[in-house]
Amino acid sequence: MAKSDIEKYMEKRFNKMKAERRLPPRVIGELEEKLSEYGEITENEFNTICDNVVESYERSQVEPGEAVGTVAAQSIGEPGTQMTLRTFHYAGVAELSVTQGLPRLIEIVDARNNPSTPTMKVHLIPDIAGDRNEAKKIARNIEMVLVESVASNVSIDLLRQAIDIRLDPELMEDKDLTVEHVAEAIQAKIKNKGEVEPSENVIFVYPTNETLTELQRLSEKIREVRVKGISDVTHVVIRKEGDEYVLYTEGSNLEDALEIEGIDPNRVHTNNLREIYHVLGIEATRNAIIKEAMSVLNEQGMDVDVRHIILVADMMTADGSIQQIGRHGISGAKQSTLARAAFEVTIKHLLGAGIAGTKDPLRGITENVILGQLIPLGTGAIDLLMSPHVSPKEE
Amino acid sequence: MMSAASTKKVDEIEFGLLAPEDIRKMSVAQIVVADTYDEDGYPIESGIMDPRLGVIDPGQRCRTCGNRVGNCPGHFGHIELARPVMHEGYAKVIYKVLRATCRECNRLLLSEEEIEHYEKLFKRYPEIGQKTANLSKEILKRGNKAKNCPHCEAEQFKIKLEKPTSIYEISEAGSVRLTPIDVRARLENIPDDDFRLMGINAQAARLEWAILTVLPVPPVTVRPSITLESGVRSEDDLSHKLIDIIRINQRLRENLDAGAPQLIVEDLWELLQYHVTTYFDNGVSGIPPARHRSGRALRTLAQRLKGKEGRFRSNLSGKRVDFSARTVISPDPNLSMNEVGVPEEIARILTIPQRATEWNMDKMKELVIRGPDRHPGANYLIRTDGRRVDLRFVKDRTTIAETIEPGFVVERHLDSGDIVLFNRQPSLHRMSIMAHEVRVMPYRTFRLSLFVCPPYNADFDGDEMNLHVPQSEEARAEARVLMRVQEQILSPRYGGPIIGALQDYISAAFLLTRKSSLFTLNQVNQLTATAKFEGELPEPAIKAPVQLWTGKQIFSMFIPEGINISFKANICRKCKVCKMEDCEYDAYVVVRNGELEFGVVDEKAFGAGEPDSLFHRIIKEKGSTAGRNFMDSVGRLLVRLITDRGFSMGLDDVTLPKEASRRIKIILEEADKKVNQLIETYKRGELDPNPGQTLLETVEQRIMATLAEARDSAGEVAGEHLGLENSAVIMAQTGARGSRLNLSQMAAVVGQQAVRGERISRGYIGRTLPHFERGDLGARARGFVTSSYKSGLDPIEYWFHAAGGREGLVDTAVRTSTSGYMQRRLMTALQDLKVESDGTVRTAPGRIVQFRFGDDGVDPSKSDHGRSVNIDIAIEKVLGKSRMK
Repeated sequence: MAKSDIEKYMEKRFNKMKAERRLPPRVIGELEEKLSEYGEITENEFNTICDNVVESYERSQVEPGEAVGTVAAQSIGEPGTQMTLRTFHYAGVAELSVTQGLPRLIEIVDARNNPSTPTMKVHLIPDIAGDRNEAKKIARNIEMVLVESVASNVSIDLLRQAIDIRLDPELMEDKDLTVEHVAEAIQAKIKNKGEVEPSENVIFVYPTNETLTELQRLSEKIREVRVKGISDVTHVVIRKEGDEYVLYTEGSNLEDALEIEGIDPNRVHTNNLREIYHVLGIEATRNAIIKEAMSVLNEQGMDVDVRHIILVADMMTADGSIQQIGRHGISGAKQSTLARAAFEVTIKHLLGAGIAGTKDPLRGITENVILGQLIPLGTGAIDLLMSPHVSPKEE
Repeated sequence: MMSAASTKKVDEIEFGLLAPEDIRKMSVAQIVVADTYDEDGYPIESGIMDPRLGVIDPGQRCRTCGNRVGNCPGHFGHIELARPVMHEGYAKVIYKVLRATCRECNRLLLSEEEIEHYEKLFKRYPEIGQKTANLSKEILKRGNKAKNCPHCEAEQFKIKLEKPTSIYEISEAGSVRLTPIDVRARLENIPDDDFRLMGINAQAARLEWAILTVLPVPPVTVRPSITLESGVRSEDDLSHKLIDIIRINQRLRENLDAGAPQLIVEDLWELLQYHVTTYFDNGVSGIPPARHRSGRALRTLAQRLKGKEGRFRSNLSGKRVDFSARTVISPDPNLSMNEVGVPEEIARILTIPQRATEWNMDKMKELVIRGPDRHPGANYLIRTDGRRVDLRFVKDRTTIAETIEPGFVVERHLDSGDIVLFNRQPSLHRMSIMAHEVRVMPYRTFRLSLFVCPPYNADFDGDEMNLHVPQSEEARAEARVLMRVQEQILSPRYGGPIIGALQDYISAAFLLTRKSSLFTLNQVNQLTATAKFEGELPEPAIKAPVQLWTGKQIFSMFIPEGINISFKANICRKCKVCKMEDCEYDAYVVVRNGELEFGVVDEKAFGAGEPDSLFHRIIKEKGSTAGRNFMDSVGRLLVRLITDRGFSMGLDDVTLPKEASRRIKIILEEADKKVNQLIETYKRGELDPNPGQTLLETVEQRIMATLAEARDSAGEVAGEHLGLENSAVIMAQTGARGSRLNLSQMAAVVGQQAVRGERISRGYIGRTLPHFERGDLGARARGFVTSSYKSGLDPIEYWFHAAGGREGLVDTAVRTSTSGYMQRRLMTALQDLKVESDGTVRTAPGRIVQFRFGDDGVDPSKSDHGRSVNIDIAIEKVLGKSRMK
């Protein structure tokens, strides 16, 4: 079907609008899509619609001087009073508990090194995503298995001067392991500190140094040896979502998880922000902060505009590393002594400023409030000058 | 106030230490006597309350500046210390500097090359936006590593800091204490440039100044003594501490002069150090805090500044204000959301300065004549020369009124129509302080419209609110334009209305707009008149035998023309296939060109905090004034309607027929049986555990599920017997108040009581209460309440219910403090961010955080529930909905 004049015209104007960048791409896209749902349309009507959209977009812009930070802080803080304090179970996956609500939100803005309940959500590559057995296999490769979790008993055999590891055949079967596997893993861990001798469901380890303390120390170490899987991932749950199987993990190790074969490296999620920062960098961290904070708020039924959260995320990541919202991050790094003193650890900041001969340029809010001056925000950010000598023009 | 208003602005503050010479120079008196007043009650010369230090007693004049109390700022004195002592707060810095400098030549322990290298970096760092503080840290660390001085080759010894203020030098010969004199001597020799590298600005603060030889004595205005009722003077904590310091200082001096043995001198010196240390900070670890006679720890300098009650947070970041009022609030449905009812008593106290001009002369004169005791009057008159006349003490106000000429300022009473700020704590968001127009009213409470309850989070169980009167024309203009309630209807949190109808307004709107509601001409007239409707009545929907109007028609009279919207009402049953306009429950709302054609009005149409509602559309399309008018008039109408009709809920509303009660009983009995079966299988060990859970967790979970299901089906049974005519059902369905769960708890069964998300399991060994056997896992033994609120709970159930209810209380208490702290931190971290004229978001020093706010530069409060442009509406406006394919 040949394109009618109007269609050509519409395409031209859309392209022009895209080039001009007066509208965000998403708005143009939506307009294009929605207009296609309508039938015939005249050039005039089309132009009016486009003009209206542009005008309405431009009217919705923030005004200069707007205290966006304060509004964002309020918009996130105010619903905090209504959120739950308790840890709830993850939507659908009953056996995984995930910190939610206010504690999780605080964890995010604190940029904690170790979230209280780290988890990963791992998708599989599309070819095998629908295969339950494949999913199980990959899950086994991810889940960390320690010697003590497949052994029925780890004891010290004083007669043989050895450590006696009794393996549970059922558990071994379940985890898809052989005695050799375990033996190898132990040998790799203790290196030349002892000799590993595998037999039927039993492993003996003969330490080179045959003292009792060494035996005890070594047996403790062997219990903790990782036989399989990636470290820190203690539990994996397989769930069917739509027509693919998705793995949920307890514990998170993004770096190692990305190396596992059969997973889709583009669709691995973790809730550990620091890990994302180390593996994927600051931009990914920013996005993760937005995503995590948004999902916490939404799960609690709090309606908060993303833009507020974007601002917080940008503030936390602005200098290329994750900065906490608080004493050890953004607030502690403020240049104004008075602002820092008014927040926390007052004395330290004042003494420090005294010895360093700091100058406070008084550009922030707190400083000017302290001095009883207009704050440089909103209507205080602009000056209106009038010349009283100019008389009104005579008609 | 208005004329020669000073516009001076502080633009920088410099910090530094006081040099001993500076302290002496600014001192007006050397203090040597460790005493306050003599027998006659006069301050002792050169004593701690020396009259040269300022005045605190009313009526006296300051010996130094001649001013009276309030105008005299106070003046510093000084104490000459017999021996220098260390400033506790700088002990660590001194220690670090000593480690990094030579003990002989007092140069920084870095080679010339290293110094040169760092000098370069010092210039470079600020250019690349790095902090030199980090460099200084590095320098101090490296200086500590040198074994011999690179400048004079002298061997360096290890320095040790014994907290809080003792410094030792450890050589092979043993450890020697460095007295403050020794330390000071070393510090004095360090060149300015070396100090600079160590992060110390020698212009502002030579480090040896932190070893005090002279102690400034703060003015008496800083530490006023209070006279108790008995006439006994009680001194401030700081004065107490100063007395201690002077006493020990004098003893030390006498001993030194007398040539006392070293041991005694050292003890006294140490004691002086202790007193000076606690004078600065009485919370230093390692030494006992100085105490008052009563045993209370003294509140010295650091304590005055620190923490929530300290100077910074409670006096500098937050200030007390004049022209404010506080009282209990109560509702008044006849007020506009823009208004606030102010008691006349308050209006007579709060004033607004108004300048007399040629044009308002008569009015001003009248106000002055009416005086301070009759309401629209005035309290003060300020003449052009700045003299202030208190009208309370003016005998003949008529004469004084005659003297008023243009330029006089009348502080007149607050009156109806004035703009004021209204606030309720906690002020969690900007809608916690909004501007209202005053309506002066009788009685003693603030009155406010119910529509503003959600943004303030106010109710009327004894809440109090604050009111502030802006005093300048600019402030009033800003308040009126930016802060008025109607400008705050759309929340910046999500771009939807946060203000709106609640509770009975919603029930009433449902009663008005449902299909069966018809009104006679008389009724229509009454309703519309209450709403102050002006205009033509529409054609009645039923013309004969009597003219009848539908509720929808009446409601439509208030929707502005040109509003188009359709949505599902709150009463929507969420059918699998939506019949849209043909909905049998009238739950699909359609408004075309301002006419409510289908559906009932309930929470979804104009409730508070309900985005994409009819109310939201009205504001978006017609502006906030239209929105306010709509809400105010509809509100009045609905209140009239529901008062005329009556609306109440009682026991009858939650009473079920016998049949239903029997069915509920059966459901519960069956559930109990199932639970017992589960427990049996569990005890026999035949239960399959859920993956990742223990056996006990599994059985608990299954029991909880079984009981929850039973409660739900019992609720359903109850629901079947409670029709839509039931008041409680109307409230739950329309979203006015309560939920279906609340209803079934009242009518059918209360259900499982939980603590920390689990059935109640603690109390006695192996059981919750002694009424049960140990290990009983049954429904009742673990807090399942089979009674309904209507039937009443038995004692055991009541106990469990209280346990479950308490959790909620504890939770709220904990939550307010944790979320409050989070918000405070968010606030301090983000408060300096501002949108600049170029659209970037920057911090106070000008660092760019975002190039455009929120990536698209859209202000959420101007957005349409997050969308910058509502494209559906934009298209529909031009094309109309009918042309959709």
